[in-house]
Amino acid sequence: MNVKVGQAAEAPSFAKASRELLGNTQLRHNVRHATDMIRARRASVVAETPDWQQLRDSARAIKDHVLRHLEAYLEQFEAACTAAGGKVHWARDADEANRTVIDIIRSHGETEVIKVKTMTSDETRLNPALEAAGITPVETDLADLIIQLGADKPSHIVVPALHRNRAEIRRLFMEKMQLQDLGERAEDLAAAARRYLRERFLRVRVGFSGANFAIAESGSLCVVESEGNGRMCVTLPKVLISLVGIEKIVPTFGDLEVFLQLLARSATGERMNPYNSIWTGVTPGDGPEEFHVVLLDNGRTSVLADAESRSTLACIRCGACLNICPVYRQTGGHAYGSVYAGPIGAILTPQLQAMRHSRSLPYASTLCGACYEVCPVKIDIPEILLHLRNKVVRSRGAPLAEWLGMKAAARAFSGGGRLETAQKLVRIAQKPFVKDGVIERLPGMLAGWTRFRDLPEVPAESFRQWWAGRQRKDTQ
Amino acid sequence: MVAVLERLGHSVDFRPAQTCCGQMHYNTGYQDDARRMMLHFLQVFRDAETICVPSASCVAMMREHFPKMAAASPDASVSRDVDALLPRVYEFCELLVNKFRTVDTGATFPHTVTLHTTCHSLRGTKIGERPVQLLRAVRGLTYIELPQADQCCGFGGTFAIKNADVSAAMLSDKTRAILDTQAEVCTAVDNSCLMHIGGALSRQRAGVRCLHLAEILASTAGEPA
Repeated sequence: MNVKVGQAAEAPSFAKASRELLGNTQLRHNVRHATDMIRARRASVVAETPDWQQLRDSARAIKDHVLRHLEAYLEQFEAACTAAGGKVHWARDADEANRTVIDIIRSHGETEVIKVKTMTSDETRLNPALEAAGITPVETDLADLIIQLGADKPSHIVVPALHRNRAEIRRLFMEKMQLQDLGERAEDLAAAARRYLRERFLRVRVGFSGANFAIAESGSLCVVESEGNGRMCVTLPKVLISLVGIEKIVPTFGDLEVFLQLLARSATGERMNPYNSIWTGVTPGDGPEEFHVVLLDNGRTSVLADAESRSTLACIRCGACLNICPVYRQTGGHAYGSVYAGPIGAILTPQLQAMRHSRSLPYASTLCGACYEVCPVKIDIPEILLHLRNKVVRSRGAPLAEWLGMKAAARAFSGGGRLETAQKLVRIAQKPFVKDGVIERLPGMLAGWTRFRDLPEVPAESFRQWWAGRQRKDTQ
Repeated sequence: MVAVLERLGHSVDFRPAQTCCGQMHYNTGYQDDARRMMLHFLQVFRDAETICVPSASCVAMMREHFPKMAAASPDASVSRDVDALLPRVYEFCELLVNKFRTVDTGATFPHTVTLHTTCHSLRGTKIGERPVQLLRAVRGLTYIELPQADQCCGFGGTFAIKNADVSAAMLSDKTRAILDTQAEVCTAVDNSCLMHIGGALSRQRAGVRCLHLAEILASTAGEPA
């Protein structure tokens, strides 16, 4: 199996990538502005939902149940979807999924495909594969269109162009759509995109989507979106292909009651998504004549195999953890080097890649716990980060200087006497660095501290010594 | 902390054999080392009546991760030891407010003070308003609420070194919020966050001190902090 998660395998470490991004003041302003807005909206619609915590518990229980019986539900989905006139394909990895999609498009002699926003196809790097096969993908989600026209990368699961502001988008549209003039209001930009896309909606004969939910009992798929472009992609073309991660299964239509409440409120701070499309197989004379579902593994079964971290697969891609994360707030999504950014990306990407790459990602968090608090399916992201950090260390993936430092500290902490000796040694070692009671510069890895902060010197008398002295006085 | 507890009439013991709860190792991925530190900790505090901890994050480490590490141990007595330990562990404010039912510690500290709500006091141990209750009872003290108090300061243990640049960016938001309050002193219930925040305020020559809450509660007119 050749698991691909976008270009994550070639991405630089989080520390390196974030260092460069932190210098981009426009990007940082855009990310702060956007996340602040979504956070506030989410907080207000969650506050008005009295059974929010029960909804979270229910959602998690459903997901846990599905993950325990995934095989059976996938087969049920396949049978129901096939009975309704759909065709189900199974893909072990990204390449197999992309090949399947390309073969279907080619079998119809088509060279263009209109796409609904889907992170899963970014994961498999479908667009470059389509282009290499002579097929032109057209992103129809406004944000994804912005990313595609700008040859950019998504920086957020729900709002992929969150790092771009209106002025930047206006310049991009004028250049790529070859417009002589374009207004500055959001409505003007939306109108330009509408004109550009509508012609393609009516012309292109193959549509492509992901899915937010795959319903096992009926073989139906569900996509939620805000713009209506998705509705057009899944209804207008003659052929529809949907790429679905195997973890997207829910048992019954009724389960959507829980998830649609949680997802809209968590993702965009809306009570309900403006467009909720649910379709089942094909219906003669209504919508696509041919419907294909590609069920994708691409590392998911290996995540499922680890009991300590399999709840990662419960994720419904709402992005609430990104919006609340104080780390994401500073860096934006590109620092994570993956289509999946933020706290969920920090646990999902390394696991999909079976910990072969992205080993810096489990450390891209202060463990502040804000992500767990907002997660609509109660994924304990900090706990999984710790589990993955342990995996990094156990597989000897930690930097040598860190490893030596931690081992030395562990030795010092093995007994009170040893700790006292260590404190004495540090007191001697710090001498060349102390000025007026403060250390302003340290060598090696410790420079990470002193580049930005002073460090107080280790005092002449430790608490331990002060206490011992006091005890002696008392007994005299 | 010793001064406050003794002033309130309690006798304090310090065991020189004690070292560390293992949080730094556990959180960085060195769980085997952390497990050994936990065993040492259990040994040292086996017969202690009440264990007072001046750090919410250490308390969170014990409550959240000691039971997990113990459950993974083949020796069932470790879990029993952890179960026997945890009810005796109190974060400093919990001990004063919950167990001793004291908010007035007899302190005097005539300064303006703001409180950094550490992530582990907010989400880990959920000690909530207790530090504020204690501060409000201090004579002469003017308490100013810190805006965006639920935002992490960017310390995160080894995060501060491994991702120093992002940590510094988060810290700049926090120091900006602190300076905006015009407080003279920033306090918290975790020394680690304070070392991080205080290190930046010192580098900026900002003229704001960082003090642990216990230092403020220990302060008197005769022996000011």
